[in-house]
Amino acid sequence: MSMIQGATGAWEMVIGLEVHAQITSVSKLFSGASTEFGAEPNSQVSLVDAAMPGMLPVINEVCVYQAVRTGLGIKAEINLVSVFDRKNYFYPDLPAGYQISQFTRPIVGKGELEIDLADGSSRMIGITRLHLEQDAGKSLHDQDPKRSFIDLNRSGVALMEIVSEPDMRTSEEAAAYMRKLRAILRYLGTCDGNMDEGSMRCDANVSMRKPGEPMGTRCEIKNLNSLRFLQQAIEYEARRQVAILEDGGTIDQETRLFDSRKGETRTMRSKEEAHDYRYFPDPDLLPLELDPDWVAALKADLPELPDEKKARFVSEFGITVYDAGILVAEQDRADYFEAVAAGRDAKLAANWVISELFGRLNKAGLDIGDSPVSASALGELVDLIADNTISGRIAKEVFDEMVETGKGAAAIVEAKGLTQITDTGALEAVVDEIIAANPEQAEQFREGKQTVVGWFVGQAMKATQGKANPKAVNEILRKKLG
Amino acid sequence: MALDREAIAHIAKLARIRVPEAELDALAGELSTIISWVEQLDEVDTDAVEPMTSVVAQRLKQRPDKVTDGGYPEKILANAPDSVAAYFAVPKVME
Repeated sequence: MSMIQGATGAWEMVIGLEVHAQITSVSKLFSGASTEFGAEPNSQVSLVDAAMPGMLPVINEVCVYQAVRTGLGIKAEINLVSVFDRKNYFYPDLPAGYQISQFTRPIVGKGELEIDLADGSSRMIGITRLHLEQDAGKSLHDQDPKRSFIDLNRSGVALMEIVSEPDMRTSEEAAAYMRKLRAILRYLGTCDGNMDEGSMRCDANVSMRKPGEPMGTRCEIKNLNSLRFLQQAIEYEARRQVAILEDGGTIDQETRLFDSRKGETRTMRSKEEAHDYRYFPDPDLLPLELDPDWVAALKADLPELPDEKKARFVSEFGITVYDAGILVAEQDRADYFEAVAAGRDAKLAANWVISELFGRLNKAGLDIGDSPVSASALGELVDLIADNTISGRIAKEVFDEMVETGKGAAAIVEAKGLTQITDTGALEAVVDEIIAANPEQAEQFREGKQTVVGWFVGQAMKATQGKANPKAVNEILRKKLG
Repeated sequence: MALDREAIAHIAKLARIRVPEAELDALAGELSTIISWVEQLDEVDTDAVEPMTSVVAQRLKQRPDKVTDGGYPEKILANAPDSVAAYFAVPKVME
């Protein structure tokens, strides 16, 4: 557990997150307008979304389906009856003057999520609730000196607000929570998790206390749209609060904004008086009732989720928990690995996928979907290593060429004559030559200096341009000098 | 329940209605009377009664996830006092 050291001793952070995840659906929560990203302003707005008088909301069945599946994915209670409420506040991008949300009776209740930390440990974080609500429109404040511009395309898009318990103690844990939640949403296909398009964003509640003491007053930092900003904002806010508390001051419960350019949080003036939302049940909507059989069918139909997949990779393929964690972080990566590992040495496959492929993709800034080497092509290379056609060292050269040219592994090995020399006769001749040319080192070996064997293997590899099978060379050396 | 001047000023502010100081007392009296009239309902014991959500017994209607609406920014903006390049333009909001 990492603490913040202040002048009066160590302080502990208490962090809870409210995540807004845009539901993957083609139309909005209560209207038939499109949800597609990047359209011309106000071109995806129905009269319902613009809050024209007399328009009535009708709920989108797929949004309900996605919210329930997400609830099941975080092992949460599904509430068979939930209620829509109006959350009242004024803002130019909220034409109705209220947001349809769920307050007292959300669609999903308590759940939990396991986060994976860098040191290999994991920890369970409680989830308080998940509810359905509408997104607001988008305001542009920097286009004109005297006016703000409003686009209502987002107005009415379905969101899931997922609220955690105040269970996190470091900014790293907060980022790990977001990462795991995003992975689960992506596996389920209920939210694309693209933080840079705003389809997943979060508010962080941060307070400080001396270890063992009751929770302090919290501040809410709004609209954090990247994991880096989330961590920066929490770190800044924690230090700001410690400075105030150690100075004998008190924390005002307030909403703050993170300025990513300056790396600091500040009071959000527009929200100062907005905490009186006067929720009441929306008279336009009946309670949402779910059929228990339908919920059970959705549960039975859930895909394999990251934690289960990780456990299976460890038990089925014998790879490490750490490697399995890296592979299951993204579903495409996990699928790619499984295709490479099928019927092959899974540890070798994992090593090639993680160290060689992911390393190169990261360097080039590519996603696995853009990989220049397909899973079956990498599988072919792994086969050539496994059957001793090429050495691991040569394989890296071959792989570089595969990445560059898109050619097959076998074709490259054939064309460049890279086949490993395993023929004992040929290798013996090479080894004899090296021994004859280096009597001093040969003597050292005979005197029991085992380390010199590595030098001999290196010489043999050099003499064969890396094509000698190092294991065979080793055996021959020990036989000749032993 | 009786509402005082401060409560009336707060409600007016939340509703973005400008209420002159001089009218606060009169409004407080009026609203308090209305609320106490409605409060007569509290005399009925409803502990074992589910809240009524509809006068006819029916379930919430759901619709399929299809794009059936939108595509008319000119209609959306038709009543806007000010607009720029298909955006609503409003007095600047400070963050």
